[in-house]
Amino acid sequence: MQRSSTAPPGAISRQMRWSNLQRRWAPYVFISPFFILFLIFGLYPTLFSLYMSFQSWSQTDGWGNWKFVGLENYGFTFTDPMFWRAMYNTVWLGIVSGLPQHLLAIPLAFAIHMGLSRFKTFASAVYFLPYITSTVAVALIFSTLFSTQKGVINQTVAYLNTLPLFGWFLPDEPVNWFLNSTIKWGIALVVIWKYTGWNTLLYLSAIQAIPRDLYEAASVDGATRWQQFRFVTLPLLRPMMFFAVSLTIIGSMQLFEEPFVLLNGGASSATQGGQTVAMYMFRTAFEWLEMGTAASIAWLLFAFIAALTIINNLVFGRAAQGRGD
Amino acid sequence: MKKAAAVLLAALALGGLALAQKKVITVGVFPNLDDAIKAQLPGFYKLYPNIEVKLVTLQYADHHNALTTALATGQGLRDVEAIEIGFVGRFAEGQGFEDLNKPPYNADLYKRLFTPYTVAQATSADGRFIAMPVDIGPGTFYYRKDILDKAGINPASMMTWNGYIEAGKKIKAMDKNVFLIANAADVAWINIFSSVGAGEGYYFDKSGKVVVDGPRFVRAFELAKQIRDAGLDAKIGAWTNEWYDGFKKGTVATQFSGAWLQGHLQNWMAPETKGLWRVQQLPEGLYGSWGGSFYGIPSASKNKAEAWTLIKYLTTNRAAQVDAFKAIGAFPALLSAQTDPIFEQGVDFLGGQKARVLWREAARKIKPVEANKYDRIANEIISTALSQVLDEGKDIKAALAEAKTLIERRMR
Repeated sequence: MQRSSTAPPGAISRQMRWSNLQRRWAPYVFISPFFILFLIFGLYPTLFSLYMSFQSWSQTDGWGNWKFVGLENYGFTFTDPMFWRAMYNTVWLGIVSGLPQHLLAIPLAFAIHMGLSRFKTFASAVYFLPYITSTVAVALIFSTLFSTQKGVINQTVAYLNTLPLFGWFLPDEPVNWFLNSTIKWGIALVVIWKYTGWNTLLYLSAIQAIPRDLYEAASVDGATRWQQFRFVTLPLLRPMMFFAVSLTIIGSMQLFEEPFVLLNGGASSATQGGQTVAMYMFRTAFEWLEMGTAASIAWLLFAFIAALTIINNLVFGRAAQGRGD
Repeated sequence: MKKAAAVLLAALALGGLALAQKKVITVGVFPNLDDAIKAQLPGFYKLYPNIEVKLVTLQYADHHNALTTALATGQGLRDVEAIEIGFVGRFAEGQGFEDLNKPPYNADLYKRLFTPYTVAQATSADGRFIAMPVDIGPGTFYYRKDILDKAGINPASMMTWNGYIEAGKKIKAMDKNVFLIANAADVAWINIFSSVGAGEGYYFDKSGKVVVDGPRFVRAFELAKQIRDAGLDAKIGAWTNEWYDGFKKGTVATQFSGAWLQGHLQNWMAPETKGLWRVQQLPEGLYGSWGGSFYGIPSASKNKAEAWTLIKYLTTNRAAQVDAFKAIGAFPALLSAQTDPIFEQGVDFLGGQKARVLWREAARKIKPVEANKYDRIANEIISTALSQVLDEGKDIKAALAEAKTLIERRMR
């Protein structure tokens, strides 16, 4: 800096050019970390998996030793009964675990908002806790709860069986939760338990944004709690419902951790009955070392999610913005 | 300046010399094989003071996942990699490991030193031999002597499957809370794994055709179903808390597994049942392999000569193999190590029974089984079929026929 005072005029203009340059490029430098990371961990793997979906490659053959096979991977996956079974599991889990999440979360959020004014934060934190608990720990606990002979869940069922009425629809024998036919219920239970709190938090924040005067006006008009919920809260929650349902759709289509851990990474004999597409894709890549096939599964799953999201947008998107009425 | 450069050069040269004197090689390994190698290393250092061995230990699944990724990219491979039996077939079919048949390894010279069937496990379909066997798992028949005594059953009567099922009924009659076996599926698996014809694979014949609808599988499924239908199994999956609980509380009277299960029972699963267990050979003259570990050299390794020196020591040195056996109880693959006096000693956990002699005999009778790169997927498909038959009452023939088509379309 001291030098500039004694520097010749040419140097000053050079310095100005440098500061101009800085002014022009500094923003790009500052946002470059995101783009660099995105290119490395986002765009590159995406494009590479697209490329890989047209190749046949086992990782143990080493880098570069792949073979072009055209659409063979897509043809195989499209006619693969295991893939369709996994797809069925995924959609089944999406519906059976997705719907209750919202049906529970909306009334819960309303109740927390109306009833627990002082403990609102505490209550929502409690419901949110499962969401931030490690899936491995969760699965470990649930494996114990699901245990056939000594699990708490089966013992509860056995106890309820001794009461009148319940015996009608509850099974008499302890349920084995780790069969091809039953495992999906177990996974759905874990998913509901885990993500209901997250949705409650979303709905709670939306409910808090609804102006108080609407409720006051409604109660002046003689609306009951239920009527307030039905005719004030629910309609105004639509945008958040659209958002939360979109997240649930995408999340359940990509469901991986819960089935993966409950099925012991695929070692369980009930794997076929419970594995999701994401889990099947992972195992195709890293257990059976069919990288190309796994990439084709990834892209078919992507197309499926995209289609579902577009349908969701068409059906609920406009209504969510209040133009559906 | 020149002087400094000269000093630097001299230092570098000295450093290089020091490096030449002591070469560091890395070994990727999983528990508890790492305990075995730690017990073997002091002996190795005595013979080869110029090689230093560094262990990189990861959990079983992590180790093999990391190894797969490293092979894919050719980066981050150790000089020596441990491979468990469940993975060796897949790695053999890939191109990432050195073919030990070729010079400078010439492993052909050593093959006859090992329990014969292990060599086939590490050999690819095109004849490459990618890893040396370090330990093996001869299959064996565990039973609770106290339970059988109480039910008045002679263990020898269980040496036929009919006798085995009859014994299960007696046990059930004695105490309805004690089961013959944890899971009927185990009986199916032991039949599938232990009655493979010479030169065949578990699921494929010599020409690579799927054989899962053959008599071997039908018989295996039928036996398991008989046991399930008679209510003789506890329907417990392996490696679950209920499994350990069954061993601890004595609600399970028998179990088929590798010889290594004794170590697990003794160390953590059910140490309080010491002296109550005994072993015998599998029923009806079956002999099968239940696990095993290998060491291979990735082609990307830069210290292949030293890596080979180490592997040779770990796998073909009799003292080293006995050291490993003493450390973790894994049965040595090296034939000469199996004649060590320690094998004649009784096993306290098994009430002083000379079980190792029995396991040695079993190991010598196990026939080699051809590995196939579709073994893993076939295993999963059969496992699903078995679960459908046992748990959901599906017809055996139909389940196996379906399994066959599923496996066949996977082979491409």
